[in-house]
Amino acid sequence: MAFESLSDKLQNVFKNLRSKGRLTEADVKTALKEVKLALLEADVSFKVVKQFVKSVQERAIGQDVMNGLNPGQMVIKIVNEELVSLMGSETTEIALRPGNEVTVLMMVGLQGAGKTTTTAKIAGKLKAKGRKPLLAACDVYRPAAIKQLQINGEKQGVEVFSMGDKMSPVDIAKGAVEHAKSKGFNVVILDTAGRLHIDENMMEELQNIKTAVDVTQTILVVDAMTGQDAVNVSDTFNQKIGIDGVILTKLDGDTRGGAALSIKATCGKPILYVGMGEKLSDLEQFYPDRMASRILGMGDVMSLIEKAQANIDEEKARDMEQKLKKAQFGFDDYLESMNQVKKMGGISSILSMMPGMSAKMPDIESAVDEKKMGRIEAIILSMTPKERSNPDILNPSRKKRIAKGAGVDISEVNRLVKQFEQTRKMMKQIPGMMGGKSGKRGKFKLPF
Amino acid sequence: MEEKKGFFRRLVEGLTKTRNNIVSSIDNIFSGFSSIDDDFYDEIEEILVMGDLGINATTAIIEDLKRRVKEQKIKEPSECKQLLIESIKEQMNVGETAYEFENRQSVVLVIGVNGVGKTTSVGKLAGKLKDQGKRVVIAAADTFRAAAGEQLTEWAHRAGVDIVAHQEGSDPAAVVYDAIQAAKARKADVLLCDTAGRLHNKKNLMAELGKINRIIDREYPEAFRETLVVLDGTTGQNALAQAREFSEVADITGIILTKLDGTAKGGIAVAIHSELGIPVKYIGVGESIDDLQKFDADEFVNALFHIEE
Repeated sequence: MAFESLSDKLQNVFKNLRSKGRLTEADVKTALKEVKLALLEADVSFKVVKQFVKSVQERAIGQDVMNGLNPGQMVIKIVNEELVSLMGSETTEIALRPGNEVTVLMMVGLQGAGKTTTTAKIAGKLKAKGRKPLLAACDVYRPAAIKQLQINGEKQGVEVFSMGDKMSPVDIAKGAVEHAKSKGFNVVILDTAGRLHIDENMMEELQNIKTAVDVTQTILVVDAMTGQDAVNVSDTFNQKIGIDGVILTKLDGDTRGGAALSIKATCGKPILYVGMGEKLSDLEQFYPDRMASRILGMGDVMSLIEKAQANIDEEKARDMEQKLKKAQFGFDDYLESMNQVKKMGGISSILSMMPGMSAKMPDIESAVDEKKMGRIEAIILSMTPKERSNPDILNPSRKKRIAKGAGVDISEVNRLVKQFEQTRKMMKQIPGMMGGKSGKRGKFKLPF
Repeated sequence: MEEKKGFFRRLVEGLTKTRNNIVSSIDNIFSGFSSIDDDFYDEIEEILVMGDLGINATTAIIEDLKRRVKEQKIKEPSECKQLLIESIKEQMNVGETAYEFENRQSVVLVIGVNGVGKTTSVGKLAGKLKDQGKRVVIAAADTFRAAAGEQLTEWAHRAGVDIVAHQEGSDPAAVVYDAIQAAKARKADVLLCDTAGRLHNKKNLMAELGKINRIIDREYPEAFRETLVVLDGTTGQNALAQAREFSEVADITGIILTKLDGTAKGGIAVAIHSELGIPVKYIGVGESIDDLQKFDADEFVNALFHIEE
């Protein structure tokens, strides 16, 4: 791949360090020079990079490293620690008022950062937690912004409060809070228009909203791909409006996301969530420590494990393990495991969190086309229960019927059956890998 | 509401913050250093990197500057300013035939990642072309984002041009197909195709773009092709990856660099031009319909370094 990620880059640097055994002062400097370039290419603010490299160098050169038994590990440890401390060490969530008190969240940011989409995502998250959120359409400037929020609100099953685009956003905000109080909503999320941080009038509007309604939390939405300007934007919004937290969007792209480091380092506000895709469920918790591990090339294995644990039904997993041990693995189980993978955000999403996987992503993605998974599902669903639990009875006539039922060519049915046989064979050899709580990586290696 | 402004003033206004920032620091180092040494070059490096030019382009520019300094036996740091400007200007030249699509029967495909300002740029471009007396048809091929069609319809209404739109969730290639038939039937000069924002690392979405591209090739072979990738001026090094990946699926002929009215410097465009040879053709410096401007390398760099003409 033309682009090495920051993780890969640092990994390469440290691969060389590891192989040397002992670390000299010159080694540290060479390594840090690479780290500096990598961070700059990752769009980390120039000043933050300078600071970072300096502090790591101070710590790395000298006794810490020289006395260490494993110098390579020592440097990774230091770089990691510094990265974590730069990004903030604790996980923060949006602070909500207790019970029926109305929490008001104001979403702010530049144009195109993803405020409207993120607003709907947060509403969905809060709704799932048992809150009663109300969305307020305060973007009266961008054509169809209200409509966009209404459509997204509908998808999330959350009411959207709008007074059209002829009213001032301040009045809409007031109206929304009133509406919430009278109708029993306990969270109001204000979706404001995108604006430039240097646009005095527009910034004043936000200040006015803040004065008019009791805003509990002001959340800055920032595009993760933002370059050096991330520092200016977050700093200005923070100084003029006062922000309580940051949401980083579009992190599902291949950006190295240096903006995350810069923002945290300059304005000290926590990153609450990260936007990981276009689906309204794709909003994830931000874990500074894991992000650091990811940058260092350790992959976001922790995040992956958590995701898997939340989604995979423990009992089903145990059940499947039993079946595997007895080699009773049928097409129903195949479908089940496929659905579990889907629940976790699809194969590509899972693979991208594995260390060293990012570089190989394009190949993998073509191999595990998610549309193809849909076709596989159709084929399996076209089988009779008997055929699913006992694949050995599949003869040409049955296959022909299945192909017809699924609307695919018979060769695709054959391919699936063959793949299934291979899977079953493989599963027999490694029964411990499916299921169990260990969260081993091998668990996800389903050969689609 | 807003008075009409000339290109230069608009650009200068749009770039004011940028310029003040860059120029004051540039002027400081050009006057603050008594000799051309490593510290001097380090300072220039810092300024360029902070302008989002990226470390590679910055290094290339500085190497070029060092070479010229050596060749021309320059001793004064202040003389380097002009050299630096020339060097960037040379890289940013748009070329003679950049806007040929305006005078031909053409299809302009507008692509880019999410939130860069594609729909707004299409709306503005439609307004500009309409003002030139062109017959314009817009294809609302962003069928994914909620209300994208409505947003574009509003722009089409403002610009007073025709629009072909389908329902949300329908096949964008079908929208383009219909729009081509409409453009032919109405003898349109320019067909503008808005597309859904897609991250360049999403294989399926990029394949969809390839499909749209093929439809245009097949159904409208007589039309002149212009493919513009819209890049957010505040984006950092990832814009380079975007430009590169999009040029894999479409023959990109130019860049629309948006949101230059903030404090971002859009310096990544310099890197993209030098690395991929794709010129910036338009810049967005505000939200009104006149705020899309043709790119002029001279004026851009002059405005950036604050040279009055």
